Amino acid sequence: MSLLDLTATQLAKAIKEGRTTAVEAMQAVIEQIENKDKELNCYVTFDKEAALEAARKAQEAIEAGTLTGPLAGVPVAVKDNMCTKDVLTTCSSRILGNFVPTYSAEAVIKLEEAGAVIIGKTNMDEFAMGSTTETSAYGVTKNPWNTAHVPGGSSGGSAAAVAADECFFALGSDTGGSIRQPASYCGVVGMKPTYGTVSRYGLIAYGSSLDQIGPLCKDVTDCAVIMETIASHDLKDSTSIERHDTDFTKALVDDVKGMKIGIPSTYFGEGLDSQVRKTILDAVEVLKSKGAVVEEFDLDLVDYAIPAYYTIASAEASSNLERFDGVKYGYRAKDYEGLHDMYKKTRSEGFGPEVKRRIMLGSFVLSSGYYDAYYLKALKVKALIKKAFDQAFAAYDVIIAPAAPTTAPVLGSSLSDPIKMYLGDIYTISLNLAGLPGISIPCGFDSKGLPVGMQIIGDCFKEHNIIRAAYAYEQARGAFPKPDGKKEAH
Amino acid sequence: MAKTYEAVIGLEVHVELATKTKIFCGCSTAFGGAPNTHTCPVCTGMPGSLPVLNRQVVEYAAAVGLATNCTITQNCKFDRKNYFYPDNPQNYQISQLYLPICRDGHVDIELSDGTVKPVRIHEIHMEEDAGKLVHDDWDDVSYVDFNRSGVPLIEIVSEPDMRSAQEVIAYLEKLRLVIQYLGASDCKLQEGSMRADVNLSVREAGSAEFGTRTETKNLNSFSAIQRAIEAETARQIDLLEAGQPVIQETRRWDDNKGYSYAMRSKEDAQDYRYFPDPDLVPVDISDEWLEEIRSRQPEFKTEKMKRYKEEFGIPDYDIDIITDSKKMADIFEEATALCNKPKKVSNWLMVETMRLLKEKSMDASDLTFSAANLAKLVNLTEAGTINSSVAKEVFEKIFSDDIDPDVYVEEHGLKQVNDESALRQTVEEIVAANPQSVEDYRGGKEKAIGFLVGQTMKAMKGKANPAMVNQMLKEILSR
Repeated sequence: MSLLDLTATQLAKAIKEGRTTAVEAMQAVIEQIENKDKELNCYVTFDKEAALEAARKAQEAIEAGTLTGPLAGVPVAVKDNMCTKDVLTTCSSRILGNFVPTYSAEAVIKLEEAGAVIIGKTNMDEFAMGSTTETSAYGVTKNPWNTAHVPGGSSGGSAAAVAADECFFALGSDTGGSIRQPASYCGVVGMKPTYGTVSRYGLIAYGSSLDQIGPLCKDVTDCAVIMETIASHDLKDSTSIERHDTDFTKALVDDVKGMKIGIPSTYFGEGLDSQVRKTILDAVEVLKSKGAVVEEFDLDLVDYAIPAYYTIASAEASSNLERFDGVKYGYRAKDYEGLHDMYKKTRSEGFGPEVKRRIMLGSFVLSSGYYDAYYLKALKVKALIKKAFDQAFAAYDVIIAPAAPTTAPVLGSSLSDPIKMYLGDIYTISLNLAGLPGISIPCGFDSKGLPVGMQIIGDCFKEHNIIRAAYAYEQARGAFPKPDGKKEAH
Repeated sequence: MAKTYEAVIGLEVHVELATKTKIFCGCSTAFGGAPNTHTCPVCTGMPGSLPVLNRQVVEYAAAVGLATNCTITQNCKFDRKNYFYPDNPQNYQISQLYLPICRDGHVDIELSDGTVKPVRIHEIHMEEDAGKLVHDDWDDVSYVDFNRSGVPLIEIVSEPDMRSAQEVIAYLEKLRLVIQYLGASDCKLQEGSMRADVNLSVREAGSAEFGTRTETKNLNSFSAIQRAIEAETARQIDLLEAGQPVIQETRRWDDNKGYSYAMRSKEDAQDYRYFPDPDLVPVDISDEWLEEIRSRQPEFKTEKMKRYKEEFGIPDYDIDIITDSKKMADIFEEATALCNKPKKVSNWLMVETMRLLKEKSMDASDLTFSAANLAKLVNLTEAGTINSSVAKEVFEKIFSDDIDPDVYVEEHGLKQVNDESALRQTVEEIVAANPQSVEDYRGGKEKAIGFLVGQTMKAMKGKANPAMVNQMLKEILSR
């Protein structure tokens, strides 16, 4: 058995027991990256020597007994929209191509305190805008299950790195599904916590009211352990919530007897690939056989989620991205005449087309005369969607849905039709609008051999329910296969 | 017959709050640090940084709102005002548009003819200041200093209720007094901790309709405000008389040249795309918190004046000047409580304190001496321990170094000499040494005694009891 077959939790235990070391684990990961990443392109920044050095230091501290955290010595990959002190942080954008922060994101600090060792920074859609990791300024990331396909996005680099064993786990961020959808496409576990559970300090904002950091990992146990580590009440983030129920590993119980599961019929109707539907409903049957009570119901307002989401997220993004102007840091155009020309050229050259599209969309919906009709209306829809979920959670402990309408699309097939790409977010964005937690767990394959993820949704602050359901399912499912990395012909 | 016009004026007043740290981060607000030394990722707009509201800003803003009879918005919010400029690190300013902290207030201003007029306040909102651009003309480069970026401001927006420069000045003085009493700001126009933009239009006297208004900026003193209002009123009247329209625009006042020029017209106005800042949660001011702020409100000038009149029996003129500054009023009350001689304390404040403030071009708010030392000085003088000329000398020391007068008088041997025999001996010597003056006095020149008193005082190094010297001289000379 290879070291790479261990989960993050198993690895930490092995290191603690002296069966292996942080350095050996890092070396295994490095070897894997050297073998695979030329093709997969999971990493934007990977400094082998620095990673090894960090692993050596961690090992010393573990041996000295000063580093005892639950993830001590475990190599982790961090999505490139989280600031890492003294390490390039680009958001996969040209405009931050030279940006080295002087501070680390709070979630990164929490991981380091728990002993995790950073390998590098993973590729993503530029500023997390996209669903395929193809909008990155640093090349596409490929799906380890089939390199002709996308890994999903925007946390595609993180999801692919976990699937390809180029790390033991990774951090991603989720504004509209950016953790859960790539997790589904890559056959790994990914979770978006309740809004406010993980500090956003140091996360380069896309849609501030929707963004949450969460784990991409090999199994539900890792997910719970990582969640316990990164959840914190951070006084540097005003939207961070003080919680006393972040003992997520307590939910690792193989028991769903009597758990009430709602299946929103609207999520399983038109637009959902039939193989994806069948795979997920089969997984639901597994939970049913373990004693869960499953019921179909109608979830309201599903059709309004996408326009509301793209209005709110783009509005916030248009303002959040104003600071990238060539004045203080990052890219600045070479030739310009005067301030306004500098702004214009810097931003024209620094941002890619999808980012520009959302900046324009966001600026439009906030502009005088349109604010009420678009932005305010979207906020009202957001409140109504929350209400619809409140009603659902009065009846159910968890809701099960797909994470995406299809399995991973072929490279190059999405960007030409952005509306179609936006519609692909239908099952994930409502959670961001309502602040709800959701987990995506692999539950099978389509006929092309691409993984399918099942999304389990909980009420706000009810991560325990979704972790328990996911864990119970995982116990019944058994180990999920690993990608063989072969390219399938079409 | 020539038409008569009236000016219609509303004010936007920015006040820099006296918090120790910035509105959304822990950086110091201290003035005058080397460029970019009072900065952090938050106030320089670094990626991933987030604002956290300083509670003290809310307390100051609410206190000013309460003092100006506003309704406090107990669930207020911050909004982003989006515009690109290099002194604005995020390219949006965090301000309040939709739910400002205070609304619908008023202050009463007293005009020179004694009438009292209310000026309504539309709203007061909290916001952050921008950084400062430094242009290097030699190198054709501009630099940004973010030390001021994130310093808390409140903007007080009045209704267009003022009709003259006199009313505007009275309104500003009233605001300044209230805010200084609260300790919310030092409100110094010259240093920019209080800034006023003037919205002004003119109309025919008696008309109910408003004319087209302009906004005048860059007013750094009361006299600049006065001159700018007079000039803008005249300019608009001239336009109307000539049958030309007033253009809605922002104008910049040049106080050296005594005129304003157009900066930008309404057509150039930017769309700020205001929306609620998603990085900040709504500010929830609970009833308890509001009550706490209310209970800490100080006694303001009007109430103080009334009380002083009843309690201390000092002249109205003194009361008016002493209560013009909370600092001065505090010193007065504390010193009076200690020595129980209000008129004497008031005299020290009215005469010597005011003289020294003027001499050193200081503001009453800059006073640093303690009331206890002033009270001791009053007691020393009253007890005859020191005479009045020594007292003045000692007061200067109190004013500048807050010395303890008991210790100082002792150490410097400044006690008044009341010893009859010691005095008599010196007086006899002076009389003997100045036969001409003695003769003059006896010949009817009563003023000659002044010279002899002076000589005696000089011989006694200023410490003699002047009343006793006078008495003794008269007695000796009349022999």
